[in-house]
Amino acid sequence: MTLTYADVTSRYEPVFGLGTHVELGTVSKMFCGCSTEFGAAPNTHTCPVCLGLPGALPVVNEVAIESTIKIGLALNCSIAPWCRFARKNYFYPDMPKNFQTSQYDEPLCVDGYVDIEVQGQTFRVGIERVHMEEDTGKNTHVGGATGRIHGADYSLVDFNRAGIPLIEIVTKPVPGAGVLAPEVARAYVTELRDILRTLGVSDVRMEQGSLRCDVNTSLNKPGEEMGTRTETKNVNSLRSVERAVRSEMLRQASLLDAGERILQETRHFSETTGDTRPGRSKEEATDYRYLPAPDLVPVAPDPEWVEKLRVGLPELPAARRARLRESLGVSADDMEQMSNAGVVDLVGATVDAGAPVGEARNWWLGYLAQQANSREVDASDLGISAAQVARVIALVAEGTLSVALARQAVDGVLETGHDVDAVIAERGLQRVSDTGALEQAADDAIAANPDVADKVRAGKLPAVGALVGAVMKATRGQADAAAVKDILLHKLNGGTPGNEGVAAGGVSE
Amino acid sequence: MDLIRLSAAQLAEKIHSREVSAVEAAQAHLDRIAEVDGTVHAFLHVAAEATLESAALVDAGLDAGAPPASPLAGVPLALKDVFTTADMPTTCGSKILEGWRPPYDATVTSRLRAAGITILGKTNMDEFAMGSSTEHSAYGPTRNPWDTGRIPGGSGGGSAAVLAAFEAPLAIGTDTGGSIRQPAAMTGTVGVKPTYGGVSRYGLVACASSLDQGGPCTRTVLDAALLHEVIAGHDPLDSTSIDAPVPAVVEAARAGAAGDLGGVRVGVVRELGGEGYQPGVERAYRAAVERLEKLGAEVVEVSCPHFQYGLAAYYLILPSEVSSNLARFDAMRYGLRVDRGSSAEEVMALTREAGFGPEVKRRIILGTYALSSGYYDAYYGQAQKVRTLISRDFAAAFEQADVLVSPTSPFVAFGIGERVDDPMAMYVNDLCTLPASLAGTPAISVPCGLSEGLPVGLQIMAPALADDRCYRVAAAFEAAVPALTPPELS
Repeated sequence: MTLTYADVTSRYEPVFGLGTHVELGTVSKMFCGCSTEFGAAPNTHTCPVCLGLPGALPVVNEVAIESTIKIGLALNCSIAPWCRFARKNYFYPDMPKNFQTSQYDEPLCVDGYVDIEVQGQTFRVGIERVHMEEDTGKNTHVGGATGRIHGADYSLVDFNRAGIPLIEIVTKPVPGAGVLAPEVARAYVTELRDILRTLGVSDVRMEQGSLRCDVNTSLNKPGEEMGTRTETKNVNSLRSVERAVRSEMLRQASLLDAGERILQETRHFSETTGDTRPGRSKEEATDYRYLPAPDLVPVAPDPEWVEKLRVGLPELPAARRARLRESLGVSADDMEQMSNAGVVDLVGATVDAGAPVGEARNWWLGYLAQQANSREVDASDLGISAAQVARVIALVAEGTLSVALARQAVDGVLETGHDVDAVIAERGLQRVSDTGALEQAADDAIAANPDVADKVRAGKLPAVGALVGAVMKATRGQADAAAVKDILLHKLNGGTPGNEGVAAGGVSE
Repeated sequence: MDLIRLSAAQLAEKIHSREVSAVEAAQAHLDRIAEVDGTVHAFLHVAAEATLESAALVDAGLDAGAPPASPLAGVPLALKDVFTTADMPTTCGSKILEGWRPPYDATVTSRLRAAGITILGKTNMDEFAMGSSTEHSAYGPTRNPWDTGRIPGGSGGGSAAVLAAFEAPLAIGTDTGGSIRQPAAMTGTVGVKPTYGGVSRYGLVACASSLDQGGPCTRTVLDAALLHEVIAGHDPLDSTSIDAPVPAVVEAARAGAAGDLGGVRVGVVRELGGEGYQPGVERAYRAAVERLEKLGAEVVEVSCPHFQYGLAAYYLILPSEVSSNLARFDAMRYGLRVDRGSSAEEVMALTREAGFGPEVKRRIILGTYALSSGYYDAYYGQAQKVRTLISRDFAAAFEQADVLVSPTSPFVAFGIGERVDDPMAMYVNDLCTLPASLAGTPAISVPCGLSEGLPVGLQIMAPALADDRCYRVAAAFEAAVPALTPPELS
């Protein structure tokens, strides 16, 4: 019989932990002046330093230090008064120097936490450390069936990525999440992403690899010590974080049930199958022979500077959510939904621009979220500002636009980048508010569909929809559907059955 | 007039007064190189054309009435082949970099060029600066102009030999554990290891990053000071470069040459001397100390009890850093590539096997072991503690004395092949020079007479950033003793 997730959580307690690598959004690399811009021709953003040429020396990017301190502060960490870089030695062709400049036992930020809310429960995820390091180059294996190194004819290395500032945020083991462990893991990464975005230190695009996760998972029986953990690498979307923890829990439970031991190993997550496979790690060396980096001087941030950074931190997502929840009066569930969709700020800004909270929420979780999904971008990158959404909402409220027209106006903004009013003017999206014209169209629709009209007259009110459709078609969508419905019902039955307007954003409240 | 026998200061004066052109000065040295370097083998690369071109530029400027770019403008120099040069190969004495042309100039290289100093070529060295005899060069040993059957010291044997052979009046070396000072002692020339961080390491191919320091190699103390001021000073490209004014070493050298050491306390380091030191070296050294006293210095004995652990600490720290620094030579981007094998790892391994010499391999293996998990604290960690203790010894000694003195090397130049198969016999060459390397403090070696007809060096050490003290005492000593003249090369 196949093991179910419920079987697993009824008999085992999961413990997870995450190591998250984040590319910082600095203009230049960690130890040289080369550009960090994504997508340039291979090996054009390189110099003697990031190519590791003999004699070249690193110089620390101060903005990267500042960003790391901000991250540490936002994660409630202590900022080390003195820390060093260390060399992590191993051979690999994407490593220009065959060592990675990183931090070992002296990280810049230590011992913090972040609180995560899932299904109304709060989980505290401890932060072990936040440290700085440099990214490696990128190998492309050419020839062979798989695009992997094995079987390839040759490999190409692009060092544009080599030396881009990375920080690694390592959590402490997180026990106690039980059945919610996969979701808490996901919510942690979501929260981390939002914090980093709020700090403005990274563009945190998982699909471009600027935020990547390694997920540690173990199981133990209740009351027993933590089990042997596995590390799953290559977990590069929020959904995958959740899936990776869940699939590792299932895999480990079936092994433990069979009386087998869990191997402490590195595994790789497959986006296609949703499970993990034992990995042939590129970093085969088990001994990195760490060495304090002799070409760099220790980093000793001035406490006054750190204090200044602390005071200057922007409002963080948790505080903002609490404030918005309070001021907007939305429910915890709503807030979690908005948070997961990455639209909390957008809703807040739309409200700040004058829109009612319900409308703002509906647009961002509804039509705009659909558009973002179909374009495969984050809602914040959709190409419409909160102010423009607020304007659309206002135009609907004052009756200038129908819902259908409002959506067309939004489409126009997304397509052209013009503002809402310009799009309305360009596309002639004026609502037909001339009652005479609507009355005429309603009469025409009744005359053309006598059977439907009879049904409505006989009390089958929903049938009026077909007539509304006919009127909308005749007015090319420029009429307000609710008003048309009123007119038709009035003509047929002499009254309106009450307001059953369609929520503007397409989501019922 | 024999241009090649002038000091750099004298030659510069003649060039700046237009008595001699920079081209003539360069040509005279190129002729000398053509004449004797087949015997000495101090150069790995001679850049005749580039030297003459840059000399012609200096001449054009001076002829047009422009002031000289520096006090040494127009004087030729030999550069240790461990500094990158965009117009010449840079091999570090290794097969693994044979033919490599760096795409950039080291900061030292750029500063020399900006000072109007013409670069004759690149000098021979022990592979990646590991060695004390230049016998570990992949391109064959350099010979000591005093006796071509003997070694010129190392690793910078080439940069010292060019001076003694009159192939160049100036050279640049690097000193990791004595690689400037010990060759200076072996060849009867002057060599300075500045305060660590005093001269930029950008473009200096690393041996051991926390120890490497570029510095001047010359025949006179004043020349060393003049060259020191050209290459020293803060460099934003080197994080370990000191952001402080360069000590006034030229002023100190000129003041010292007046010969008065009144008020200077000279500390004789008890632990550097005695057993294991050749009697002739001891004699020359004792005479030198007496000479300093006659010049007015107050001589005191100081004890530095942890210096005896310097050699052990050095041969853990250096190989550890070497094992990491030299990892980049993997055939993937530049240098030698042994293109056999079915994987990148195999190509790396085969290339490193073929490209590195035995001494480099020995130190990579030592360092790899010392940094291994479980051994780090016992080896590298302990060695770092010794380093701290040595620094404390220095600090205590400098409470009692303004400078410390010792022989530069326990013995004079030995025969080629005599010690090359005995690493320990080779390593003890550096006994006296290692403490200043580990502490990052400045030191100079000046000739202090002969033993068995071969030069002996006097080492003068000062506290960090007080390089000027080394120069003052060295210049006074130099002025008070007869200059050593190497025998004519046949």
